[in-house]
Amino acid sequence: MAEYSWPKQGTAQLLGTEQDRLDGLAKASGAARYAYDIVEDEMLLARGLGCPHAHCKIKSIDTSAAEDVSGVRAVHLMKKEGDEIEWQGDLIAVVAAETDGAAVEGLAAIEVEYEQLDHFVSDDQLEAAEAADRTKRGGSNVQLENEPGDDEDEEEFEEAEIQRLLDESDVVVEGEYGIQAITHMCLEPHGSTCVWDGDKLLAHLSTQNVSGTAGQFAGPLGITADDVTVHCDYIGGGFGSKFAADAWGVACAEVSRQTGRPVKLMLDRDVELKTAGCRPSGFLRARVGADKNGVVKVWDSEHWGTGGANGGGVSQGVIPYVFDPPNRRRKATNIAINAGPQRAWRAPNHPQGCAMTQTAYDDVAAKLGINSYDVFLRNLSSVSNDKAAIYEEQMEIGAQLIDWKAKWHPHGKGQADGSVVSGLGMALHTWGGGGHPSSCQLKIHPDGGVETSLGSQDLGTGTRTVIGMVVAETLGLPLSAVKVNIGSSKYPTSGPSGGSTTVGGVSESNRRAAQDAAAELAKLVAPKLDAQPEDIEFAGGRVAVRGDSDSSLPWKEACSLLGMKPLEVQGVFDGRGANSPLSSSQVAGVQMAEVEVDKATGVVRMKKFVAVQDMGLIINRQTAASQIYGAAIMGIAYALFEERIMDARTGAFVNAELSDYKLPRLGDTGEIVVHLHEPADEYARGVIGLGEPPVISPGAAISNAVCNALGVRVPVLPLTPKRVLDALEKARQA
Amino acid sequence: MKDRSNPTRPGSGFHRRDFLRGSGAAAAATALGTAPTAEAAENASRLYGPGLTKIKLRVNGGERELEVEPRMTLLEALRYGLNLTGAKPVSSDGSSGGSTVLVDGKPVSASTTLALDVVDKDIRTVEGLGEDDAVVQAFVHNDGLQCGFCTPGFVVAVRAFLDKNPSATEEQIRAGLNGNICRCGTYANVIQAALEVVKGGSRG
Repeated sequence: MAEYSWPKQGTAQLLGTEQDRLDGLAKASGAARYAYDIVEDEMLLARGLGCPHAHCKIKSIDTSAAEDVSGVRAVHLMKKEGDEIEWQGDLIAVVAAETDGAAVEGLAAIEVEYEQLDHFVSDDQLEAAEAADRTKRGGSNVQLENEPGDDEDEEEFEEAEIQRLLDESDVVVEGEYGIQAITHMCLEPHGSTCVWDGDKLLAHLSTQNVSGTAGQFAGPLGITADDVTVHCDYIGGGFGSKFAADAWGVACAEVSRQTGRPVKLMLDRDVELKTAGCRPSGFLRARVGADKNGVVKVWDSEHWGTGGANGGGVSQGVIPYVFDPPNRRRKATNIAINAGPQRAWRAPNHPQGCAMTQTAYDDVAAKLGINSYDVFLRNLSSVSNDKAAIYEEQMEIGAQLIDWKAKWHPHGKGQADGSVVSGLGMALHTWGGGGHPSSCQLKIHPDGGVETSLGSQDLGTGTRTVIGMVVAETLGLPLSAVKVNIGSSKYPTSGPSGGSTTVGGVSESNRRAAQDAAAELAKLVAPKLDAQPEDIEFAGGRVAVRGDSDSSLPWKEACSLLGMKPLEVQGVFDGRGANSPLSSSQVAGVQMAEVEVDKATGVVRMKKFVAVQDMGLIINRQTAASQIYGAAIMGIAYALFEERIMDARTGAFVNAELSDYKLPRLGDTGEIVVHLHEPADEYARGVIGLGEPPVISPGAAISNAVCNALGVRVPVLPLTPKRVLDALEKARQA
Repeated sequence: MKDRSNPTRPGSGFHRRDFLRGSGAAAAATALGTAPTAEAAENASRLYGPGLTKIKLRVNGGERELEVEPRMTLLEALRYGLNLTGAKPVSSDGSSGGSTVLVDGKPVSASTTLALDVVDKDIRTVEGLGEDDAVVQAFVHNDGLQCGFCTPGFVVAVRAFLDKNPSATEEQIRAGLNGNICRCGTYANVIQAALEVVKGGSRG
């Protein structure tokens, strides 16, 4: 079949409905086996020793006492004498033992002599980082309506022009904004259970990249990728941090090979948080000039932050976020600190960009004393994408859902209930999505059985169910009739789950395969029904002549025409979705928050959160909504609760345990309203992923709501009680 | 490695070579809070460990024999001794609720409970609730799960909470289920799942 397409809008049986997850019961009943849950006969349990210092050199390592610990079977070094360590938690050694207790005892018995070196872990003060020689240029960009004359110095012109535009603005906001680094906090830590069969490795890896990690094991182990099977039926959270086999995955395989025993090595919680990924921090100083209606004419900012030991930070490309005023200058500086390196975190750059800049836009509204909604609306004329009309629609929907008009009051001018004040805030976002390259093998058995296999993974988004729905829809079968096989690198290659590309990718490959398979079956069925293959349709568990319900074969009977051999079809999508009728990219979203802030305690409570999101053609309405609920809650987490806390004196990551790393609990999230926005042409856009977009706006929306309540900006996220009280105190003194 | 004397390992029988006996250790046994075996109940002056001790655990209605080190948590015993991996190791200090199981009907964190401490008690894990349990079903129908790693612990916590508060209101649910952490953000659907169980309804 040359032409691929989705069913005509309104005719689909399954697409767009709410379906329970195919693996929901396995997960809820405890039957689902994650990498952590693989239990093998003779398996050793391993633990990793994280470096206690933020910056040091290893003078000596003595493992003899550890090797003598009862039950210890292997001590494997990941660092050697003379190595320099650049962050606390970097793995030094692995101990594999008969029991977990013996592994812990073994770790404690490893004697490492360290030479401590100067450390630097502060990221919020640019000048301090410069003084410590820890900064690196992070890129800059200038856009101005006027151009310098031929004989003018470009930088001098830019400086003068920015200053002139600011001077001519009706209002100028000068502010500082920031957002702390956070971790991924996957509840299943990184790690694997490795099993060798001769010289072949089976790695049960907690990964969002089933098809892409075999080679990462093979290279360092001196074998080839064909001798590695990566297996992952379930992954306990990834959020962008689990694309790689990682050094500890290879170490696990090496220890397993060395001992001839299966080995499980999952990172301890503290090591997990210190070394397995974080989201860069960002701190920004801005001058924003606007006209009297709040339309921003000139933006001037510099920002800095850290992605850890390797530097990194927030891209200058997302400043200011979504809004792109006609005149703007932006500059980024990256800071290298002695902390674990960054990894992609759900919508890289965007949440920080949004939180650091749409707060400044809201401050324009505050300074002018006008409704934030109007300021956002008026600035839609300068958004950097073509979504202005969509944003306007989404703002209207959001405003209705949160009752913006009735609840709005100018910043700091609301009715107080004792020491409690309430406020409204909003923000908006954008994301690409689209589909990653994906191949699948669809098999239709002569007895009617249907299975599709691909090296994809379910990050929690409901991948299995989406795949099953696409195949079942195409073949006119109930969802339960399709077996979905994912989670093995031996299946056809499918992309890593990153950037909201999985649902697009797996839908592409499976729709293609199923349409091709249907065409093949139609050729067999048509002569039996005295029809042409192109007149055959698949619906309601039957293969029928279109428009003639009397002429049909039940599915099983149709499949029996295959004879002895199953029909095997390869579905291939090369990832270039621009011209595909099945998937596309680019979505918009608007979010609004209502909060209560107690000025006496500094505690912020979520009252209501509204998320309006478009996402193209929706496959599973239930899991789509769940993604947005989850993103909202994850957003509430980084807006109000979570942050990595580094101790400047010791260089330690002091809250690297779940009891100290604060996350919202069930009672902390208030009412959440999710609206799946489906404009008229949305279905025709095909499938677009939505894992990332709804997690972008919460920081700015909630910060703006708090600012609206207090009349004071709490500049840095998360908005902890202390930061709220500090901001109030500072305002009192000003 | 010099020591080969402790072949305790997941999924296989344990040896008792490191088992130590002592006298005058009644205080130690008392500190455990329970007598690990019937034999021990008769003779409290026994010290357990540091090697392996054979115990029986009553798990999900059946009696299971296994060998544990005194330092072994209930979570480790369940997972590697009995191959019951529904309860999850999320945090070592019980702050996540990921390892929640029922001990005599009460929710406890298996990661902070010693296996020796729950001998003679009735242990129920998520596997023991079964697929037909109303809470399990409600989690599925309300999509109260995403990656699913926190889900078994959450399911058991909701089961325990609703057993105690069968007519809980939404407000009570929001106030009473704060011992479990979900990183994917399933709370909104978990609340719906719990409410559905209270109403005794199932969707559709």
